[in-house]
Amino acid sequence: MNLRKFKEFSIEKLILICGLASIFFVILIFLFLTKEGLAVFKSVTPANFILGKSWYPISEPARLGILPLIFGSLIVTLGAAIISIPIGVACAIYIAEIAPLKIKEILKAGIELLAAIPSVVLGFIGMVTLVPWVKSTFNLPTGLTALSGAIILAFMAMPTIVSVAEDALYSVPKSYKEGAFALGATHWQTIYRVLLPAASSGIVAAVMLGIGRVIGETMAVMMITGNAAVIPQSILVPVRTLTATIAAEMGEAVVGSEHYFALFAIGIVLFIMSFIINVTADLFLHKRK
Amino acid sequence: MLKKIWLFLVVFMFTVAAHAAKNNNSIQIKGSDTMVNLGQAWAEKYMEENPGDFVAVTGGGSGTGLSSLISGSCDIAMSSRNIKDKEIALAKQKGINPYEIKVALDGLAVVVNPANPVSKLTLDQLAGIFSGKISNWKEVGGKDQKIVVLSREVNSGTHVYFKEHVLRKLDPNSKEEFAPGALLLSSSQAIADEVAGNSSAIGYYGMGYISSKQKHIDVAQDEKSAYINPSIENVISGKYPISRPLFLYTNGQPQGLIKKFVDYSLSKEGQEIVVKTDFVPIIK
Repeated sequence: MNLRKFKEFSIEKLILICGLASIFFVILIFLFLTKEGLAVFKSVTPANFILGKSWYPISEPARLGILPLIFGSLIVTLGAAIISIPIGVACAIYIAEIAPLKIKEILKAGIELLAAIPSVVLGFIGMVTLVPWVKSTFNLPTGLTALSGAIILAFMAMPTIVSVAEDALYSVPKSYKEGAFALGATHWQTIYRVLLPAASSGIVAAVMLGIGRVIGETMAVMMITGNAAVIPQSILVPVRTLTATIAAEMGEAVVGSEHYFALFAIGIVLFIMSFIINVTADLFLHKRK
Repeated sequence: MLKKIWLFLVVFMFTVAAHAAKNNNSIQIKGSDTMVNLGQAWAEKYMEENPGDFVAVTGGGSGTGLSSLISGSCDIAMSSRNIKDKEIALAKQKGINPYEIKVALDGLAVVVNPANPVSKLTLDQLAGIFSGKISNWKEVGGKDQKIVVLSREVNSGTHVYFKEHVLRKLDPNSKEEFAPGALLLSSSQAIADEVAGNSSAIGYYGMGYISSKQKHIDVAQDEKSAYINPSIENVISGKYPISRPLFLYTNGQPQGLIKKFVDYSLSKEGQEIVVKTDFVPIIK
């Protein structure tokens, strides 16, 4: 009897620890990021760090301005959002409302497979197929551009957008749809005027989560955006993103140097960005309930 | 029962850890991506000849190797650049005394697409192109095309070497930088691929990467001197202007097993491996 109680007790506690672990790790990571990242402001003011236009981290003296990197991340994310949101939402509508059961199953499996492709593989495929295509189509000096990155990232955001948005559409009460039909609305009118507004908060959340995925993506963008740290004038030029900068340079940065701290500070900037996006998504999700 | 399993697991983990730490017959080598193939070739041959010893070689970049040496997580750091004063100071703080051994030479080839009519440049022209002052191929005798500058990432010893020797011409006061619009690619192979497919690109990498899909540029010290092509002979004789030494760094003078390995790399056999991996030996 005692043994049973002990087992019950220990398993309960074990699960509790697992449950708390994720929060504990987030707090630890945040503390570590802040501790390492804030140290960079001893050598550069926050304004110069955020608004500085040149990124030459290993020169003497180092110039640590991340404005081009922020713009790089934003333009790639924006491009990916413009491509993936209409396609993703339309796909979700098709799966949730129109597709026959069989096609629905196939499409869902396909979307899940798309989510399962490692980003380095997508980056590699982009490098050998998409980059030459962008170069010749737009007659550019190089195909390693923000547009190539945006297209590949759109593929990565799509599964998140489709599955969350489809979920939202699916959970709209049946009575709404039946009511619309009863009033003589066509199928499209029902989708457009009744289902979409009813699921809107869930769809916004889906979009936000997709964007969150895009902004944190590293490997693929590092391979196909060219990594030139200039403020982009259009989407057809090479850009360097925040994530690619950290990934490319962390190996070299001497531990304890200002370059090292600057990379952690970039990490803080990214953390804040994705935190805002996640909180927004969460707010919309809760509004729905 | 549960407790017994825990105890067993804990004891087991400690024994494994203790065992791994005690293994004195192994050397950890880390550093320059340029030198990884060379290091691995040395390690394989060395282990064939000395069956009891174990040598592990990993890449990551010169800076990664040196910072591992400083933090004590590797025994030998491979580097394609000299150690920086900052790194020496950091090492001294941690009680590590970096000791430099020159083991080979590497010529940096500047490459363009075979369709590009330009086939020779001076160091000044190269500096102009890579710093962004020359931005069209017609300024150096080519077609009217925008130049796409390709460089390695800043974690690469090759990047640092090219900046200091070509852009800044070894002048410590020079403030020259790579053009902000230069594309920073993460590997020599990525540069080779982009040059092969882009008729307006120019890039640089170790001689070992030259293939028929790219055309190397003959480089002259200045307008009056001869244009030299990057070949092993020209690097050995010192005629080719962009060549660099490759180093191993150890903590203090190498001793015991580490000395045995360093001596092997400098031996006749070791230097033959240098030639086989497309680098240039320092001992003729």
